[in-house]
Amino acid sequence: MAETMVNKEQQPVEVSTVERTRSGQVYSPRFDIVETDNELILFGDLPGVSAESLDIQYENNVLTIYGKVEPRHENLNFLYGEYGIGDFYRQFTIGETIDSSKISAELHNGVLTLHLPKTDAVKPRRIEIKTV
Amino acid sequence: MLATRWQPRSIWSEMNRLREEMERAFGGNGLRQFDTYVYPPLNLWEDDNNLYVEAELPGFELSDIEIFVNGDNQLVLKGERKPPEVEGGTWHRQERGYGAFNRMVELPEHVDPDKVTAEFKNGVLTVTMPKREDAKPRRIEVKAN
Repeated sequence: MAETMVNKEQQPVEVSTVERTRSGQVYSPRFDIVETDNELILFGDLPGVSAESLDIQYENNVLTIYGKVEPRHENLNFLYGEYGIGDFYRQFTIGETIDSSKISAELHNGVLTLHLPKTDAVKPRRIEIKTV
Repeated sequence: MLATRWQPRSIWSEMNRLREEMERAFGGNGLRQFDTYVYPPLNLWEDDNNLYVEAELPGFELSDIEIFVNGDNQLVLKGERKPPEVEGGTWHRQERGYGAFNRMVELPEHVDPDKVTAEFKNGVLTVTMPKREDAKPRRIEVKAN
């Protein structure tokens, strides 16, 4: 398990093309997204990705997840080959205003859990009703 | 009367043709196409001494995975993945599956069930199954006179 804080400053929005210098298959990982009052939580399946080989960026409301998977067995003849191995890449456009300095991520047994806290301005506020 | 009935090309046959072409275009990496209800997909390979089975099982705990070798050529994998615990909230996307699986595969070689080992790292399970002595390839010495 590892903690990765991501807070990238303004950079050219070339993330997707920059990373595609590697050859090989790229897969789109499956994600669950849940929104609570205070944050968005993302759960993603990234089997074979270690914390060091995972890159997460958030800028201009776009969340980019890129997990590098080193080839585990090259030049092998599979007797059963039912799935392919490759990098994981996915982008989400996040509509809610996110406090990017408080984004946190952890990776455990191939599952990425991302917490994207909302800024206070967009958190729902309960309106007190005064009786007169 | 015609022996085979002529059918106008329906939208469905067009769709099927399109799907087949897509599968050919994107699935043509030499891997066997697996049915979605077979879980988990496995990769199996061998060297002279061992058979190896690998499966991607993200979000499982090793304690939730059971591995059996029945007889000497059946591997059974069992496990259960629990949904994440989030109180309240609205789900915008649910693409990951949960629940229990149970898969049995026939092994192409006889293995020694007592020496089977398994490793689980970053959500990838690798089972190493040593072949039985009589299943190992034997090098035949050729004597030169």
